[in-house]
Amino acid sequence: MEVFLRGYSALGPYVPVFLFIVVAVTFGIVTLFIAKLVRPHRPYPEKLSPYECGVPPLMEARERFFIRFYIIAILFVLFDVEAAFLYPWAVLYGKLGLYGFIEMMIFIGILLVGYFYAWRKGALDWVKEG
Amino acid sequence: MNFVLPEIDLGAIAPQLWLTATAILVLMVQAFVPLVTSRSLALLSIIGSLLSLVATLGLWGQEAVLFSGMIALDTFSLFFNVVFLLGAILTVLISVEYLEREQIAHGEYFALVLFATVGMMIMAAGVDLIAIFIGLEILSLSLYVLAGFMRQVLRSNESAMKYFLLGAFATGFFLYGIALLYGATGSTNLDRIFLIAGERGGWGNVLVMGGMGLLLVGFGFKVASVPFHMWTPDVYEGAPTPISAFMSTAAKAGAFAAFVRVFLYSLPGLAASWAPLLAGMAVLSMVVGTLLALVQRRNIKRLLAYSSIVHVGYLLLGLLSGGTEGGASVLFYLLAYTFMQVGAFAVVVYLGGQGEDDLSLARFSGVAVRHPVAALAFSLFLLSLAGIPPTAGFVGKFYIFSAAIQAGHIGLAVVGVLTSVVSLYYYLGVIVFMYMRDPVDLPERRPSAALVTALALAVAGTVEMGLFPGSLLDLAQQSVASLLGS
Amino acid sequence: MVPLSHYLIVSAALFAIGVAGVLVRRNAIIIFLSIEIMLNAVNLTFVAFSRFLDSLSGQIIVFFVMTVAAAEAAVGLAIIVSIYRNRESVDVDRVNLLKG
Repeated sequence: MEVFLRGYSALGPYVPVFLFIVVAVTFGIVTLFIAKLVRPHRPYPEKLSPYECGVPPLMEARERFFIRFYIIAILFVLFDVEAAFLYPWAVLYGKLGLYGFIEMMIFIGILLVGYFYAWRKGALDWVKEG
Repeated sequence: MNFVLPEIDLGAIAPQLWLTATAILVLMVQAFVPLVTSRSLALLSIIGSLLSLVATLGLWGQEAVLFSGMIALDTFSLFFNVVFLLGAILTVLISVEYLEREQIAHGEYFALVLFATVGMMIMAAGVDLIAIFIGLEILSLSLYVLAGFMRQVLRSNESAMKYFLLGAFATGFFLYGIALLYGATGSTNLDRIFLIAGERGGWGNVLVMGGMGLLLVGFGFKVASVPFHMWTPDVYEGAPTPISAFMSTAAKAGAFAAFVRVFLYSLPGLAASWAPLLAGMAVLSMVVGTLLALVQRRNIKRLLAYSSIVHVGYLLLGLLSGGTEGGASVLFYLLAYTFMQVGAFAVVVYLGGQGEDDLSLARFSGVAVRHPVAALAFSLFLLSLAGIPPTAGFVGKFYIFSAAIQAGHIGLAVVGVLTSVVSLYYYLGVIVFMYMRDPVDLPERRPSAALVTALALAVAGTVEMGLFPGSLLDLAQQSVASLLGS
Repeated sequence: MVPLSHYLIVSAALFAIGVAGVLVRRNAIIIFLSIEIMLNAVNLTFVAFSRFLDSLSGQIIVFFVMTVAAAEAAVGLAIIVSIYRNRESVDVDRVNLLKG
């Protein structure tokens, strides 16, 4: 292997990765194959149905979700990513000092406007009142 | 590690700040004050825009680069601020009546228009590709929502979806272009890119050329030039009519502001490479747009969409001519175009019935009998779009074509003149319907004061710029000169 | 060390996959996912250049791109949900009211 790869200096660091992939794939295939050879084969309907916490499945998994889930998901995506900007600020808080503090308060203030808006519009209520 | 904290000069971005504050205020008032009418929110938006306009005029003549080389304060960006604010104010004015008629009078609408305008201002002032990108996205995201503002109307939903998918697609190209230029020059600052891309110009540097090409594709989508125009008619037709007006004027001006700044200011060294591409886009836009407009009878908004593609062709021709003359002709034309295009859409808002199920040319039959003033105004705007003297459209085209001839693009100028002659046919078609056909039953209605104001402003602007273009052209030349430093 | 060109090739391939996805697929959600692949290909390019040029700004740009992509995702999902409520389909070929 080493001899084979000697010309490819750039690929050098990948050799362990390749080995790892080869071992992982082989392990999976070999295990499944041996299991298939030794295990008994006695199917019945209960056994063939998909496993769902041990309870028999009631209906199709593909159905429409309540629209609230989407709204919560959208809000989560928005606010979650904005939080990424807090991290570098927090790490360098000491060096940025008051300047950074005021900047970040403005940033959070603008985010809060969006939050108040969503709140006021009832996007955060699970059951809409009135 | 030592920090150099970016210098903050809030005065220099006062126009943007006023507008942002107003937009946030509109949003909050709308959410927290019960029973506030959309008319009062429209008034608030206009007051905010006027404050921003005053701030813009107050900064006139100052020059600086601020916020660690992100934002420039120069006459170029200030000129564009005026165009954007004008577009925003006219849009708000023609929206009031439309929103009530379509029962979508929510305050978010005005907030989004203002946010979009802030985005344009950032685009026009950005001297770093990242600032331009952020501005572009503020603009685009607001417009995606505005295009789909009629939530219950499938047409509007479709318009928003098409605009969103193609706009996001274009954003991908634009960003990849930025990434490649960053890789080639180590910076996203336009000054640095100017220095380094100039040294490495020519076909030698794959990264620079690739980045430039991808930026061209991104801008091509955003300004709706052929071959990246497919979305335009569908989106304009489905979007609320005032938003179609806004998209085709102010939003386009925003994209052109960044287009001019990036290509004329930062990448002139590569002109030998981008000029042929731009020339191709300009010719295709003019010719294809004209051909498509010729066969459009079904919907006046689609007709105006196709005609806007032709106008993009003219603007690209001005950009291609380059230098102070070419750049100034683009600025002048964008201002003139804002007046006449928003004016034309204002008449469509006035004459269109609720739901706008029928906007075919037949609907405009005999409008001159029932609504003589509207018919007269519409004729003025259409003739100006066609480039008949003495209107703003004529003067604008004249400057663009003469700049093109000075720059040696005689063939392209000929194509431009020919397409504007042909375009007269489809614009006159509408006028023929209005004046020479028997009237159809149009519902009687009285326009709101806001709509009348918008129409009066647009008429005044179109005529004014047609009769006395000198001072505005000087202004446009100063603006481009401040950009190119000549 | 892995040379820069490898990163660029991977990101160009990813970008091309995204573009192909947008052009070939007909489901709005899948098209949108393809666009996200394009944006992430760009992010990879930025990070690779940033490391190669030893300049931090590339990584900061990625922050902005991620935020913008999230905002885009929110707006896009909202549009797609609203079209689905009116039409029960997000197939772009069936979204065909606007033709000229």
